[in-house]
Amino acid sequence: MNELLRRMLFLPDQASDYARQVDGLHYFIIITTMIAAAGVFATAIFFFVRYRRRADTDLTPHVEPRTIHEVVFVGLPLALFLVWFAIGFPQYAKLSLPPKDAMDVYVQGKKWMWKFAYPGGPNAIDTLRVPVGRPVRLLITSRDVIHSFYVPALRVKMDALPGRYTQSWFKAEKPGRYEIFCAEYCGLGHSAMLGELVVMPQEEFDTWIAEQRRGANAVAQDAAPSGERAMPAANVAEEGRRIASEQGCLKCHSVDGTRHIGPTWVDLYLRQEKLKDGKTVVADEGYLTKSMMDPAADIVAGYQNVMPTYQGKLSPPEVAAVVEYIKTLKTQAVRSGPSEGPVYESIPRPQ
Amino acid sequence: MNPSLARSEVPVWNPRNYLNSPETGLKSWLLTQDHKRIGVMFLVATTIAFALGGVFALLIRIELLTPGPTIMSAQTYNRMFTLHGVVMIFLFMIPAIPSGFGNFLVPLMIGAKDVAFPKLNLLSFYVYVAGALIALFGMIQGGADTGWTFYTPYSTTTITKVVPVLLGAFILGFSSILTGLNFIVTTHTMRAPGLHWTRLPLFVWSIYATSVIQILATPVLGMSLLLVAVEHAFGWGIFDPARGGDPVLFQHFFWFYSHPAVYIMVLPAMAVISEVVCAFSRKNIFGYKAVAYSSLGIAFVGFFTWGHHMFVSGQSAFNGGVFGVLSMFVGIFTAIKVFNWTATLYRGSILFATPFAYFVGFLFFLVFGGMTGIALATVSLDVHWHDTYFIVAHFHFIMVGATLMAFLAALHYWFPKIAGKRLPEGWGLVAAVMIILGFNFTFIPQFLLGNEGMPRRYFSYPEKFWPLNVASTAGASVLALGLVIVLVYTLVALKWGPIAGSNPWNSRGFEWDTPSPPPPENYETTPVYTHGPHQYDLPGVETPPAATPEPKHAS
Repeated sequence: MNELLRRMLFLPDQASDYARQVDGLHYFIIITTMIAAAGVFATAIFFFVRYRRRADTDLTPHVEPRTIHEVVFVGLPLALFLVWFAIGFPQYAKLSLPPKDAMDVYVQGKKWMWKFAYPGGPNAIDTLRVPVGRPVRLLITSRDVIHSFYVPALRVKMDALPGRYTQSWFKAEKPGRYEIFCAEYCGLGHSAMLGELVVMPQEEFDTWIAEQRRGANAVAQDAAPSGERAMPAANVAEEGRRIASEQGCLKCHSVDGTRHIGPTWVDLYLRQEKLKDGKTVVADEGYLTKSMMDPAADIVAGYQNVMPTYQGKLSPPEVAAVVEYIKTLKTQAVRSGPSEGPVYESIPRPQ
Repeated sequence: MNPSLARSEVPVWNPRNYLNSPETGLKSWLLTQDHKRIGVMFLVATTIAFALGGVFALLIRIELLTPGPTIMSAQTYNRMFTLHGVVMIFLFMIPAIPSGFGNFLVPLMIGAKDVAFPKLNLLSFYVYVAGALIALFGMIQGGADTGWTFYTPYSTTTITKVVPVLLGAFILGFSSILTGLNFIVTTHTMRAPGLHWTRLPLFVWSIYATSVIQILATPVLGMSLLLVAVEHAFGWGIFDPARGGDPVLFQHFFWFYSHPAVYIMVLPAMAVISEVVCAFSRKNIFGYKAVAYSSLGIAFVGFFTWGHHMFVSGQSAFNGGVFGVLSMFVGIFTAIKVFNWTATLYRGSILFATPFAYFVGFLFFLVFGGMTGIALATVSLDVHWHDTYFIVAHFHFIMVGATLMAFLAALHYWFPKIAGKRLPEGWGLVAAVMIILGFNFTFIPQFLLGNEGMPRRYFSYPEKFWPLNVASTAGASVLALGLVIVLVYTLVALKWGPIAGSNPWNSRGFEWDTPSPPPPENYETTPVYTHGPHQYDLPGVETPPAATPEPKHAS
């Protein structure tokens, strides 16, 4: 049944459970729509014939609806629509909640290619290799205009925005090769911005990534596109530490847990931060990136708005590296509550 | 199709009409303040724009006949789909029915001699022409390659001539605002005695709802287009993150206008259909209040659904859910109308004439366009369909399918009113069948292409998408041929068509209470209304007022 409907509707392969669930909703909607539409059109056609015109001056009775008619006209479709929504929305919500054990891949769109970077591993252009059966979280950004990462076989799509990270995830269940498209119009090479998702068994993937790591140094030196600094570190987090000290991040953010001009980076990742305006945020990749690009937007309570923007100073891979570095700064200790309030009188700034 | 069966007299041409009095020269047209003449000028101008947009569409379809380059370069192709979108939306669909047919009919339907601000009305036309010329200048200069959505930061960094096109759209917005303002004031202040809101023709209700959207939403479009133009020209960092801007902000601004704009295009279509269904089934509308208020409901809720264009832009899942549910409420208002129109046919007296054929086409496109819209609002399916050909097919069904059907229904239904001549019924039905079938063959393959995963705005595509693209192009040629037939017989009928007489359809819509073509002042004495439009339960109301002396016989 699934296979028959999938072919009739020209749907691509289902490479994940998620794709199968979405298709299930698709079939349900198609079938209910067709039944409802057939009902409306059969009624209309019956009326065309039964009430065809006999004379041009025919008189017709004045018909007014009763309340029950309008209630049915509203209630029936509303009930149907809400059932669809009740199936579809949880699927969508699931897409925004990657499992904790997911493997991270940084995705960068650029006119007109896809770049994939594995934490602690190599980069790849246009080919994304993932192990089968393992959740993969994509942290997506763009170097220039908006792109959109789209794998039809997974029924997954997410925009790649310059200057910030979006995320999505999938768990491919079927080894194979699947197309990656750019779905957001990005200029001359839009339709040539194709990639390939290769879903491989875990052992093959492990072998591949080990090979890549060994050669990563040499390859990165040679293959780095001009204008982009080579990323020699075999380890992205290592690279992040180097960038953070070069850029002066560590002058204000401590990496030993002490308070300084800015919040400490220790245990920062996924910490609940209380903001100046009373809201609370989780310091995930999105928040950390935003804090580098637009530091004034969400100031942690108790700190001054003194950080300059790194918009344009850090390239997306560098931002990713710094984020990866922050993620490694985890204490085994129990302390993981929100930052405490201010412990000193803040220095009044001249107006 | 023998409308004169019941009437003994020969159809009469109204000798003193807006076409020949007070004057006939070109100058009298260009400086006219008569809402009927302005309406006709809008119809001519928007039809020219439609033909231009149609040529762009055909070039796009020919290019997509093969997976690789066919007749043009990628750069040209990108410009083509941008211009197709800009021309069709801003120059044809938004003004065609409200400014064209609305201008002609609203005063006639409320028993007024003109709109509230006749000079503003003429200004609206010239603002439209100015905007169109500036946009045309931009196209000749090389055109823009951003898509009609002008997404930043692409649009602020492209090297093509995006600024004139943006300014053209910006200026066209003022035409839209002026016309909307005019209709709102006209509807409030110029209704003839006895014409309560509950007796107002549904056409006027729907145009009124459209006008509200035009006034509230268009300024937001103007603002955001201007910001893009400023950033493109002077390098201000409003949307470009490399200069400290926010790229997603533009999408919020843009869709805050452009989603309601969908209803600027569809509500007037619903306006036409509400009249046509009554006239051709000789029945009062089923559920007058439900149909009237659902127009206002669409206008209101339509403002709170813009985020459904941005489900994969990184907005939170919660936002996605809220916008999804709200989008379904818009669908409910549309469903109410569909059911009420169908129920109107019950116990009617149905004449399957050309306008009614287009009503059937309209119903088909609205039901499937609407249902695919609801499917998209379930959010998870949108993640797969977003920015694919499924979206292209969906919005062509709802915006073009519905609006074009209504435009053609209006043309065939009111042509006798506007020109005093009849269009050929036989050719009309042939063309209607070609257009409806052609449209389906163009866009049903595109739904399937979207399912298969083909993203929109692709110049070249993998070979597996080939067969469906060929099918779509084949359908488009049938559609185009049908439209050419309509154009030809309409032009022929203008000169040689048979005289229609005052009320060839025996309709009891208020606009037929005056002779056709109407005299310059619409009604010699202001009518007094004692009942609503389309009351077919009492005999003899449709006998139109005597057309006055010396009947000129049909040739």
